[in-house]
Amino acid sequence: MTTASTPVTVITPSGNGATWREVWAYRELLAFTVWRDLRVRYRQTALGAAWAIIQPFTTMVVFSLFFGRLAGMPSDGVPYPVFSYAGLVPWTYFASAVSQGANSLVGSQNLLAKVYFPRIIVPLAAIVVPLVDAGVALLMLAVVMAWYGVAPGIAVIWLPAFAALAVLASAAASVWLSALSVRYRDVRFVLPFLIQFWLFVTPVAYPSSLVPDEWRWLYALNPMATVIDGVRWGLVGTPPPTLAMIAASSLAVTVTLALGLRYFRRMERVFADVL
Amino acid sequence: MSSSRGDHVIEVAGLGKQYRLGQLPAEHLRDRIVEGVQAAVRAVSRSTGPVSVPTVWALRDVSFSVARGEVVGIVGGNGAGKSTLLKVLSRITAPTEGRAEIRGRVGSLLEVGTGFHPDLTGRENVLLNGAILGMTRAEILRKFDAIVEFAEVARFIDTPVKYYSSGMYVRLAFAVAAHLEPEILIVDEVLAVGDARFQAKCLGKLDEVARGGRTVLFVSHNMAAVQRLCTRALLLDQGRIVCTGEPRTVVSRYLSGEGRIRYVAALIGDAPQVVEAEVVDVHGHPAPRPRITEPIVVRMQVHLPAGSAGTRLGIGVLGADGVQVFTTNLDDVGLRLPAGPGTVRADVTIPADTLLTGDYHVATCVWNDLDILDLQEPALSFSTDPGASALYQRSTDRKGLVHVACAWSVEPRA
Repeated sequence: MTTASTPVTVITPSGNGATWREVWAYRELLAFTVWRDLRVRYRQTALGAAWAIIQPFTTMVVFSLFFGRLAGMPSDGVPYPVFSYAGLVPWTYFASAVSQGANSLVGSQNLLAKVYFPRIIVPLAAIVVPLVDAGVALLMLAVVMAWYGVAPGIAVIWLPAFAALAVLASAAASVWLSALSVRYRDVRFVLPFLIQFWLFVTPVAYPSSLVPDEWRWLYALNPMATVIDGVRWGLVGTPPPTLAMIAASSLAVTVTLALGLRYFRRMERVFADVL
Repeated sequence: MSSSRGDHVIEVAGLGKQYRLGQLPAEHLRDRIVEGVQAAVRAVSRSTGPVSVPTVWALRDVSFSVARGEVVGIVGGNGAGKSTLLKVLSRITAPTEGRAEIRGRVGSLLEVGTGFHPDLTGRENVLLNGAILGMTRAEILRKFDAIVEFAEVARFIDTPVKYYSSGMYVRLAFAVAAHLEPEILIVDEVLAVGDARFQAKCLGKLDEVARGGRTVLFVSHNMAAVQRLCTRALLLDQGRIVCTGEPRTVVSRYLSGEGRIRYVAALIGDAPQVVEAEVVDVHGHPAPRPRITEPIVVRMQVHLPAGSAGTRLGIGVLGADGVQVFTTNLDDVGLRLPAGPGTVRADVTIPADTLLTGDYHVATCVWNDLDILDLQEPALSFSTDPGASALYQRSTDRKGLVHVACAWSVEPRA
């Protein structure tokens, strides 16, 4: 060993949660886990990575037909297919990140019972993996936009900020749900319902301009509302999310994530016992 | 606890781990709600105390320290708390009470091949498994060739491991783990893998690790390995330390503590397992002190769940000090266990005039190509009765552990 000072580990009933320094020391494991999941993700599937496009694309077609064409849903002045697909890309990321993140700990229980590493790595890896799918789906968005002759404006520089918000929102939900699912397997059954419900309170199929202005901040306690408004603003030029929305979403994510991490740390020590 | 005693890398004080009994590990939200309601009702009706959940101490009052470079063997029967101790020390689970201090990087090897992904190639799995065990990428790449060479799988390193034979799989998994270079190595039963030649190689590797000045904590059912490798041993029984000291002394204490001709085990999980074993005579009657002039039968009831094809069964007969005298397997006579589900009875008959007068132990083992499924060492212990054996008519003292009927001839020299 080249380290000058030997690390001292103190094991007590209360203080076994991983420190952030330790998580950092295991960053390569996070990278390897993501890499593994990507390698095996589309193995033995006939369509492979095309699945990353098929899901949001078919949903877009259905939305365009029923909401856009038949229901005459407004779409802030851009063609409805572009509007809905631009919302579906971040939404699909969020939905798959949360469902994979929530099930991640239970899914790797064998590993958790046999090896020590900071457990937070497991849900974190699970929310990084679908980012690649989102990237692929984004390429398809470029095709759809070109087809309808829609070009992004200068606001596109804000896209990374909204992508980061989407990742943090997924992290907050995944940290909570994964830790809860270790103790309460009910999470597995609540999850599909939760995600469906969440879709309805998120401006994917409809514009958030339908929500009255004075209630917009409350609506934006769902951070995905701000994410989707922001992504659409950056890519297809619909109106930006209001500052109140951005503030409400950032606050909601920060508080949920902080409390989630605290709960996770407290549960971490007993994961191996209850799994 | 004085942490000033310079060279102690592990110090454990009053460590205890309590498990709740008889409950499914994962709770349901409904139970929580029901509990909440019950608690409220109790609060209203002013009854005292919470509902007591039956608990068991898997580990209690465990205190010891290990100096740098020591190789400590932990022995004890099933359920003695060995694995729990290793789990607590490797931080997989938190203790209920007490404290442990560990100085240095810990590598723990609680099961070979944990985290292997069947769809990844050998090369990819080496990288991944190394990272799981706490190695850095640079470290793994540096040791990559040595790992592959040790595992003897160079030709198949770019093949997904699901196409590996079980032997190759296990060899590769052990090789990764064996090249971990922590200051403190915690090992649980890794020697139980592979064929005899590879096992010897693994033992050699552990020996090398130990001589390299690193500290090793080693749980094993293999008493010979404990005596050969360890500088000190620690005997656990029902979660407590019974004694600690020289491996030879501790092992014989462990083995002598278990004089029993009948062994009954609760079903653990759903793997093939010996649920009952006993020493009987040829008529099937219990033989507390079997006569060496008659065949001695070891009778086992083996639980086989559905889908347990390829399960193998064997016993080992050990001398008083834990040395293996001989082993005998169902395979030796070309028989196989049925695939299950069900329970089968298996009888092993040790021929008359084979064992001598003395103390013997019987280890039972159930395994398949991948893993040891159930190893009890020893399951049974007994003392033999010479009876009217011809072997003892001329002299009461015979050396050795078994009698082998050899042919003799004496002829006048030509």
